[in-house]
Amino acid sequence: MAGTFDAAAATAGPASRWRQGFGSWRSYLVLGAIAAFLLALLLIPIGTVFVVAFRDGDGSFTLGHFGTFFTTGLMRESFGNSLYVATTSVLVASLIAVPLAYITVRFQFRGALLIQTLGVLPLIMPPFVGAVAMQLVFGRSGSMNLLLEDHFGFSIPIMQGLTGVIFVESLHYFPFILMNLIVALRAIDGAMEEAALNLGARGWRLFARIVFPLAMPGYLAGAALVFIKVFDDLGTPLVLGQTNLLAPQAYLRITQVGLEDPLGYVISVIMIAFSILALWLSVRVMKGKDYSTLQKGGAGIARRRLQPAEALIAYAVIVLVLLVVLSPHLGLLVLSFTRIWSYSVLPETWTLANYATVFEDSSGMITNTLLYCGLAAGIDVVIGTAIAYLILRTRIPGRQWLDFAASAAIAVPGIVLAIGYLRMFQGVEIGGVPVTQTWLLIMLAYSVRRLPYALRSCMAALQQINVNLEEAAEMLGASKWRAVRRIVIPLMAGGILAGFVSSFITAAVELSATILLVVKESQAPMSYGIYLYMQSVSGRGAGAALGVLLVLTVAIGTYLSHILVDRANRNLEWKR
Amino acid sequence: MSSRSFSLRAGALAAALALISSTSVAGTVTVITSFPKELTAAYKAAFEKANPDIRLEILNKSTVAGIAFVRETAAGQRPEVFWASAPDAFEVLKRDNLLVVAPDVDNKAIPAKIGNYPINDPQGFYKGQALAGYGIMYNTRYLKANKLAAPKEWDDLLKREWFGHVAMTAPSRSGTMHLTVETILQGEGWDNGWSKILQMAGNSAQVTERSFGVPDGINNGQFGAGPVIDFFGLAGKYSGFPVDFVYPAMTSIVPANIALVAGAKNTAEAKKFVQFALGQAGQELLLNPKISRLPVLPYSSFGGKIPAGYPDPQAIVKRAKVNFNADLSEDRYSLVHSLFDQTITFRLKELQAATGAIHDAEAKLAGRSHPQAADLIKQARTLAFSPIVSSSLAAQKDFLKLFASNKKEVAISKQITGLEESWNRKARENYAKALELAQQASALIK
Repeated sequence: MAGTFDAAAATAGPASRWRQGFGSWRSYLVLGAIAAFLLALLLIPIGTVFVVAFRDGDGSFTLGHFGTFFTTGLMRESFGNSLYVATTSVLVASLIAVPLAYITVRFQFRGALLIQTLGVLPLIMPPFVGAVAMQLVFGRSGSMNLLLEDHFGFSIPIMQGLTGVIFVESLHYFPFILMNLIVALRAIDGAMEEAALNLGARGWRLFARIVFPLAMPGYLAGAALVFIKVFDDLGTPLVLGQTNLLAPQAYLRITQVGLEDPLGYVISVIMIAFSILALWLSVRVMKGKDYSTLQKGGAGIARRRLQPAEALIAYAVIVLVLLVVLSPHLGLLVLSFTRIWSYSVLPETWTLANYATVFEDSSGMITNTLLYCGLAAGIDVVIGTAIAYLILRTRIPGRQWLDFAASAAIAVPGIVLAIGYLRMFQGVEIGGVPVTQTWLLIMLAYSVRRLPYALRSCMAALQQINVNLEEAAEMLGASKWRAVRRIVIPLMAGGILAGFVSSFITAAVELSATILLVVKESQAPMSYGIYLYMQSVSGRGAGAALGVLLVLTVAIGTYLSHILVDRANRNLEWKR
Repeated sequence: MSSRSFSLRAGALAAALALISSTSVAGTVTVITSFPKELTAAYKAAFEKANPDIRLEILNKSTVAGIAFVRETAAGQRPEVFWASAPDAFEVLKRDNLLVVAPDVDNKAIPAKIGNYPINDPQGFYKGQALAGYGIMYNTRYLKANKLAAPKEWDDLLKREWFGHVAMTAPSRSGTMHLTVETILQGEGWDNGWSKILQMAGNSAQVTERSFGVPDGINNGQFGAGPVIDFFGLAGKYSGFPVDFVYPAMTSIVPANIALVAGAKNTAEAKKFVQFALGQAGQELLLNPKISRLPVLPYSSFGGKIPAGYPDPQAIVKRAKVNFNADLSEDRYSLVHSLFDQTITFRLKELQAATGAIHDAEAKLAGRSHPQAADLIKQARTLAFSPIVSSSLAAQKDFLKLFASNKKEVAISKQITGLEESWNRKARENYAKALELAQQASALIK
């Protein structure tokens, strides 16, 4: 079976000539432009901060601080914990995402689009309120445990220890796998499945041997993202009070008032190196394998109709999964309609006042969020597509490093990037206005921090497209650029959209760089507004209301873009 | 797709250029603060009403982000005022020459000291604007459900029934928590003080990363009680949460500060704001129930406007058992942070386990005579609840000096990290041993 799609692999013949031919000046130009972008907005700014890690007291170069890292037991313990949490989270997230993706793509299903949109919501966990809502539902005195205590006399400490971290991280980040896997499953050539069916493969065997391997690029893209994101995640462990992981150890040292501890920066540098290593490994796994198929679009894998009993099971699974993963959002919704909710299963007083407050003072923030995140995600998919193209379709030396450099952004703490920006753009003016006084830096910080998400999706999408399609277009007289524009990008549309959506929604909840870079309340996005409310005791309801608006805004945006791409796909089919 | 995004990018630039007209005009005072919105909104409204030609721009940032923001902004573009609780933040800004003195801004009616603590920076770089005391905040509903009596003193939180119900933050995360820890250390002495702190931590469900995490979790009902700065507790209570707040005898009252930033544009207007905040009108705003902070101005100057039952800082200080020594606190600042983090924050799981086992063994022993078990428990207590650094070492000048030196130097960093490493390991061993001993004691008592 593997031969069927390996035959198309571009290892010999016209394809390789084609690839070499594309190492033209134009590709170098694109490579140069992207490298300049990454250099100016990521590497140099963080370099100005990270230099502390390599500097001795008198300013001379040293690797001594790294020596300190490796001889410290707490650091080794933290490294082990981070590794354990990241690996386990990938497993748990896969258990949630794979069935959800498979069921909705594989079977005739009512509201598949709605389920796929809802499945993305967990990524939109607004800062602070998300954690509060989670505690109110699953925490020690959360609704679930209060109910269990009352009726059965026991409680489940699911929000405690490293297990708590794994639980929350998996719920939070499984959509990365879900989104990319759905795109990949949809892109599979139905002929492959038919061939397998003809040869007698059925059920589990068909899934495990044919369908899932063909969707591998999408799954790996998502799984790699989950791994790196969880490995580098700061917010969840801190909220749950877990300090003995690498990211919190770095953060606690970097943000200690009045004390510059180089070890914090050393940890960050090591985390970046390790994230790149993990990425490199996932690239290695893909190396020498070709997952592209020729046929695209309409003739995807067959959609089966479910027997009534099967349908019942499928719906039950989906409802159960969605109920668990969306319960923080339900908690958030309830919280937004209350003034006081403390140590009770449900709040006792209800109010609409929170929404009134939010509309009164924060409506500008909604526009700001849409503007900054939309621009940032737009930049991300352009750069992501370009990098994917350079890596998979050209042989320019050093192209792989674009991927690694861009992905390093995941491991950089937001506050480090923001300090780097303030340092680097000090004195830079556009038309007489200091750049540091505008929202430009916030938007750029979003695009740099969320570029890895868009990039993984774009890479996975392009991996599934067979190079023969472009060659065919060119043989028919299309120019290189025209082939890219008319063939490659439309075929990648699903992946590009997945990338746009993940960049957009994760940018919408970014806070650590935002806090530092906001210079005026009128320029603040919603995430900052939530932070502002959550700083005060009585602002919790209003913060939740703003959080609900944030979730709604982003969810509607996601839903609309799905519809848009669906329509575009249908047009494409029709034209064909 | 990409051509559209290119035009979007061009649009971003154009939009950025359009911002030219809207950047800060003369007469705008930007205030960097970590204070809640209710407080800042009240000051903004009142100040702008009194000074219609000046606009107040409030910029809320966490203390760390606030310091970084001031430090990384070019002179001439910096915000005008820094306004926050943590006294160490102002010390850092002062050290980096980011504050200016303003001898002409003052309110003579404000006393020089509260108890033993100077209200204003002796060099005049920052001024006390409100007072804050530390105490215990608790959730009444949580207490009732778990059958706990309302705590009055720190010692109440060390009892067996409080196991797993307390929450606290670390001094390295919160300048005000640092003062609480120092208060207990100075009031009880080094060894006894650490013993209490370790026991309270052993009873804690969590050491929160943000200092606001403690009052937030108590409001939620996630935790039962914890050490909290007074206005968080009082504001929660007045906002209708089922929470209450009490000042233990062992407390100290310290100022929250305000300062003028060096290299700002509108310092003249900023002075007016600071003057306003220190003046009668600015001080009265603090009494608003949603704000619930203690004024620096003596209560005699308010002419009966103080609500009944409102805490009186002068009275609390008089009753307090501690005479706070700011120099001592300053000298061992980094040592206390390090010791707390290495033996409590990073080893909480092990400390909790040991504390739980000790409580269990003691409960079994209660009312019985079993000298061998009692001895084991005593040993376990000593192991778990003694500071790793002895009081004599903690008083040595060279030792303290090491902790205050520049960690950027590899040799020094190695030395400090090596010490921290040994404390961390020692603490872990001690807690494991204490757990074992306590379990042995439990096994002995049938």
